[in-house]
Amino acid sequence: MSTIELRQVEKKFGDLHAVKALDLTIQDGEFIVLLGPSGCGKTTTLRMISGLETVSGGTIWLNGRNVTWLHPSERDIAFVFQFYALYPHLTAWRNIAFPLQAQGESRETVDKRVNEVAKLLRIEHLLNAHPGQLSGGDQQRVALARALVRRPAAFLMDEPLGALDADFRESMRSEIKRLHVLQHATTVYVTHDQIEAMAMGDRIVVMSEATIQQIGTPAGVYYDPSNLFVARFIGSPGMNLIAGKYADGVIQMAGLDNRYAVPQDWQNTLKKALGGTSEIIVGFRPEAAQINDHGNLVGKVYASEMQGSSAVLHLTINENEIIHIRTDRLIPYPIDTLVHFDINPKMVRFFNPKTEAAIQPEVTQ
Amino acid sequence: MSHVELQHISKNFPGVTALDDISFDIKDGEFFVLLGPTGAGKTTTLRVIAGLGQQDGGTVLFDGQPIDDLPPSDRDVALVFQQYSLYPTMSVYDNLAFPLRSPLRRTSEEEIRKKVEETAEKLRIPHLLKRKTAHLSGGEMQRVSIGRAIVRSPRIFLMDEPLSNLDAKLREALRIELQHLQKTQASTTLFVTHDQIEALTMADRIAILNEGKIMQVGTPEDIYDRPASTFIGQLVGTPRINIYNARREDGTVFISDSELRMPVVDGSKLPSEFLMGIRPENIKPDPNGKFAGQVILTEPLGAETILHIQSGQRNLLSLVPGMTANRIGDVIKFNIAFEHIHYFGLNGERFNPTV
Repeated sequence: MSTIELRQVEKKFGDLHAVKALDLTIQDGEFIVLLGPSGCGKTTTLRMISGLETVSGGTIWLNGRNVTWLHPSERDIAFVFQFYALYPHLTAWRNIAFPLQAQGESRETVDKRVNEVAKLLRIEHLLNAHPGQLSGGDQQRVALARALVRRPAAFLMDEPLGALDADFRESMRSEIKRLHVLQHATTVYVTHDQIEAMAMGDRIVVMSEATIQQIGTPAGVYYDPSNLFVARFIGSPGMNLIAGKYADGVIQMAGLDNRYAVPQDWQNTLKKALGGTSEIIVGFRPEAAQINDHGNLVGKVYASEMQGSSAVLHLTINENEIIHIRTDRLIPYPIDTLVHFDINPKMVRFFNPKTEAAIQPEVTQ
Repeated sequence: MSHVELQHISKNFPGVTALDDISFDIKDGEFFVLLGPTGAGKTTTLRVIAGLGQQDGGTVLFDGQPIDDLPPSDRDVALVFQQYSLYPTMSVYDNLAFPLRSPLRRTSEEEIRKKVEETAEKLRIPHLLKRKTAHLSGGEMQRVSIGRAIVRSPRIFLMDEPLSNLDAKLREALRIELQHLQKTQASTTLFVTHDQIEALTMADRIAILNEGKIMQVGTPEDIYDRPASTFIGQLVGTPRINIYNARREDGTVFISDSELRMPVVDGSKLPSEFLMGIRPENIKPDPNGKFAGQVILTEPLGAETILHIQSGQRNLLSLVPGMTANRIGDVIKFNIAFEHIHYFGLNGERFNPTV
């Protein structure tokens, strides 16, 4: 059992405001991902939860207990670093057993728990090897086993997969998530990789410039980003964002003669949200576009990419803007071909270019 | 631009065969990608073409002429590396102009200005021309590095993992730019990478290199749809291809350690034991599906979701569009697109069961 609560937690390093006052409540058993580009404050936030970093303001609560000023060892939280932090002169078994032995557990308990966790991670056959004899993926499994063996109240993981190559990263990603599904230990996981965040998180905390931009489920941050930053950051490629002018139910976009007829149920909302102005940004995910010879929108082929099972077509719609649409794998489109398409109206979002915030649909729809 | 051909190139380092009888050709105007894991010999191959490393055997030809005796400076190749090698105290303009000002080339300043401005335009960096390169971001620096290569028209561009040091979003953006540039200039390009998605998305043709040997050469479609071995099948495509041990008994194929069995397709010749490869997009949940399994994990990626489906001891990866409604623990039915199954011998080599 463990809940983690941050109340108005902030961090200053001299003049640098590394984390601006933030509130975050993490439920028992939840897998929370702190996601953002480097320097956004995600690792500092994690370190404050662990106690490795003091707070400059606010309080941190574990299971309803104020731990703000407790030493890391008194918080009962396991910290998994971007690994390679194994003791090279100890076998895998000794590495995994180390935290238990340090706690003075009995020999039987140590044996039992090491074997259990080794079985869970399928590394039983590696227990006598030294870290130097193990592959990167196996070293990571041993590091994970060492963290798991303590059965801590919560896991804090700081880019644990960052050092692995793409292949291992994919399989370790599902392995860590699978363990979470089996054990349900509260986990806070830091990454800059939006795919990892999407694949693993129950909820994702998107951070940028020391501030939380959005807290939401993978579907929430993907389909309903709270602002332009989240819209661009989540997704590969990110959300298409096209500037335009709104008047009388129609958005006129710059460049090629593209006009988007706004669905009826959005028209009042947009009118209200924009006040007297007309500047607006239309957003849609690459898979929301459907190629259609009679489509209402048009772009010119800039490049096309075969991505394995599917393809992505990159279209210029004016001098500066390239949009991306996902298609089935098909015949290659020569550069400069005009491609007509429609956008699924259910997947269109609108943003205010001044505030960069998403325009929220009216609840009464 | 040139047609480049490698014939039986070999190279040894003490105790190691780095390149073992490498032959391929890069057509005039082709975007050719060398793909392989670390240590495969990709960079060594590139260095042999550039003249930075002498091969022990074989010949490199540019437009049919052997160039093995030419020093690097006379081969007229342009290199782009992972590490940007810019002059930090010079402006972007001067960095771009540098290759044109080489005493070997004698270009007028007016001509240089024209070419630098054109290049900056193509790479969307005209606003940076006056900046010192030390003040640029990583992505901007790599654009300038690429610019310095394309500002002149060498016989071939040699690019060694130029995108590897950039973050994901920049890599995506530059991938598109590079492909566009290459196609509009029709410049012969050899691009070296360990990243399969870069290879699939940019290449006209890909050569797979492993342990100093060419394993397969083909278009991205050839490589993805008809991998010559389990190694290549697993190297290319994400999420990874499912590979299973299978055995045939009379008219039925059994996938080991699972409850999956399927009829042998009429007329196909299957050995009693073999390996079966199924790409995740070819395992399709379907309420009327012939197979069943339990969802043990879901990984939403945005446009797609990876489902981990357990059947017996086997874990199958399935790739489905959008966000799935399936939850962990659900028992679901699914179909397998038989026509897209890959067959490999126990040695990992592809075979065609209908021949």
